[in-house]
Amino acid sequence: MLAVDGITVRFGGITALDGVAFTVEPGSAVGLIGPNGAGKTTLFNCLTRRCTPDGGEVRFEDEDLLALPPHAVAGRGIARTFQNLGLFPRLTVRENVMVGAHSRGRTGHLAAALRLPRVRREERELRDQADHLLRRLGLAEVADHPASGLPFGTLKRVELARALAARPRLLLLDEPVNGLSHGEVGQFADLVRSVRQDFDLTLVVVEHHMGFVMGLCDKVVCLDFGRKIAEGSPEHIQRDPAVVEAYLGVAA
Amino acid sequence: MSTITAALGTDRARRRRAALTALLAAAVAGCVPFYFAPFQVFQLTMVLLYAVALAGLNLLVGFGGQISLGHGAFFAAGAYAAAVMLDRYDTGHLATLPVAAAGCFLLGLAFGVPALRLRGLYLALVTLAFAVFLPPLLKRLEPVTGGAMGLTVDKLQPPAWSGLAEDQWTYFVVLGVTATALLLARNLLRSRVGRALRALRDNESAAEVMGVRLSLHKTLAFAWSAMFAGVAGCLYTWVIGFVSPDSFSSVLSITLLAGLVIGGLASLYGPLLGAAFVMYVPSVSQDLSEAAPGVVFGLLIIAVMFVAPTGLAGLPGRVLGAVASRLPRTTAAPATAAPDRTPEAGPAPSTPSTPADPAVADTEPVGAPPRTERE
Repeated sequence: MLAVDGITVRFGGITALDGVAFTVEPGSAVGLIGPNGAGKTTLFNCLTRRCTPDGGEVRFEDEDLLALPPHAVAGRGIARTFQNLGLFPRLTVRENVMVGAHSRGRTGHLAAALRLPRVRREERELRDQADHLLRRLGLAEVADHPASGLPFGTLKRVELARALAARPRLLLLDEPVNGLSHGEVGQFADLVRSVRQDFDLTLVVVEHHMGFVMGLCDKVVCLDFGRKIAEGSPEHIQRDPAVVEAYLGVAA
Repeated sequence: MSTITAALGTDRARRRRAALTALLAAAVAGCVPFYFAPFQVFQLTMVLLYAVALAGLNLLVGFGGQISLGHGAFFAAGAYAAAVMLDRYDTGHLATLPVAAAGCFLLGLAFGVPALRLRGLYLALVTLAFAVFLPPLLKRLEPVTGGAMGLTVDKLQPPAWSGLAEDQWTYFVVLGVTATALLLARNLLRSRVGRALRALRDNESAAEVMGVRLSLHKTLAFAWSAMFAGVAGCLYTWVIGFVSPDSFSSVLSITLLAGLVIGGLASLYGPLLGAAFVMYVPSVSQDLSEAAPGVVFGLLIIAVMFVAPTGLAGLPGRVLGAVASRLPRTTAAPATAAPDRTPEAGPAPSTPSTPADPAVADTEPVGAPPRTERE
């Protein structure tokens, strides 16, 4: 479904990604792990076209992703969440989710200003779909609340709802459970598992919480200083000496 | 399920209340010119006309998160477009409106493209330069614009069948245009387009990931905004019947922005309040102090911003919030209406999807406002 081949990103003298290559099969969940600064988020930014690699290729369902303008990526069925939340604080929770569905809407400026019947219809549909998602993720109570000022755990779910509103086939989660309490991590993992099933999603997850990654993913890719040092099943990765050396460490 | 029906109920109630308010406003607006002296009707007409310009500026600044210190120039362009058409080509008044609107839309579009690359203070500076440079240009183009002397054109004349006085007729025409303009702005904002605009104001990169095309929406926001200012300028020519470069100095641009901030940024009826402020307060301060009306005006602006930092439109909400926080906790319901929530009111709606352990979520600190992702 997704094939990353030899992508290289340099920021000045720093090589953030150095010839990283891996593939994501349809329906699978791939975990990206590695120490801070290994290039995980940079890789995500390449996939959503926020960052253009200096070399290499990214193909999504046989389409060259790097040839697309950034705003067109969502329309191809790729959605993501952000490491430190990328919500719209002054929009309500429902509006945040409706913005998530932006790529599926058609209303242009003129039609919107005149509020043509098809605009009303589309608005009503998007709103119903957003409400459906909010109920599904247990957010119906806060639908009219502005995104700012809600508890962090709730906001994480809002962000997930917003990403799902785009009806993605590939969902990129950037540290979905960082900052969550122990109990919330378990709940969030269950939630991700159930939406993955219901929405038939392919996942790529960046996360430091090893329990979360190993429990969710079918395949794990480990990066260190911009290079892929290991790739394989969770069990395999946990025993891989290079991964243990660079990232996991050994119990004292 | 019960929550859904309840939500529907409040939705319907809200719609009914909105319709009632609109009807009431229409009735009041319709009666006004028959109860006030011509000069007062003229002042109200000016308030309506400024409200159009402010509504346009609100699209750009309040909802789009850009800034313009040059909207006086778009206003002037609209006013001159109308005046030149009336003066040289002797077209009817109504014909000047679409021309002024379309012309300023294109002008705004042309300005919106460089604005894509500029932000904050830099954009403010460039737009201010536009406002500074337009009046001398108008003076130079004497054959067309009448130079420093300006142009005197016919005001709107009431048709015989209406039986209205000139000021009343003008008022109704301007009221009609203003109502249409405000409705268009409201429609725009309550749609996918308006959401996209507000989303990119709050978090540009996240909006782009959602599929919002930044360049398109930002440029069009500029164009719409310039169009509204141009329409307001056109109305100005209809009402005043005289344009000169000195009527549109850069002070006008700053007054417009000040009026918008005072009225309430990103509020649907803030532009009306802001327009009333910039229209009436200078004359009130003239009454208060013959010697230094500017000082009084400035002090009043400071006073308003101190009492209502979210603008006049945000004042009722703030007052309600203050009252609610004074009342005993049993009446906690209005807390959602308060713009600045107390920490106690915050975590209440947090219900995890699985009812396993709600206490865990409640112990979470009230989240700081979401940050944009940093690279």
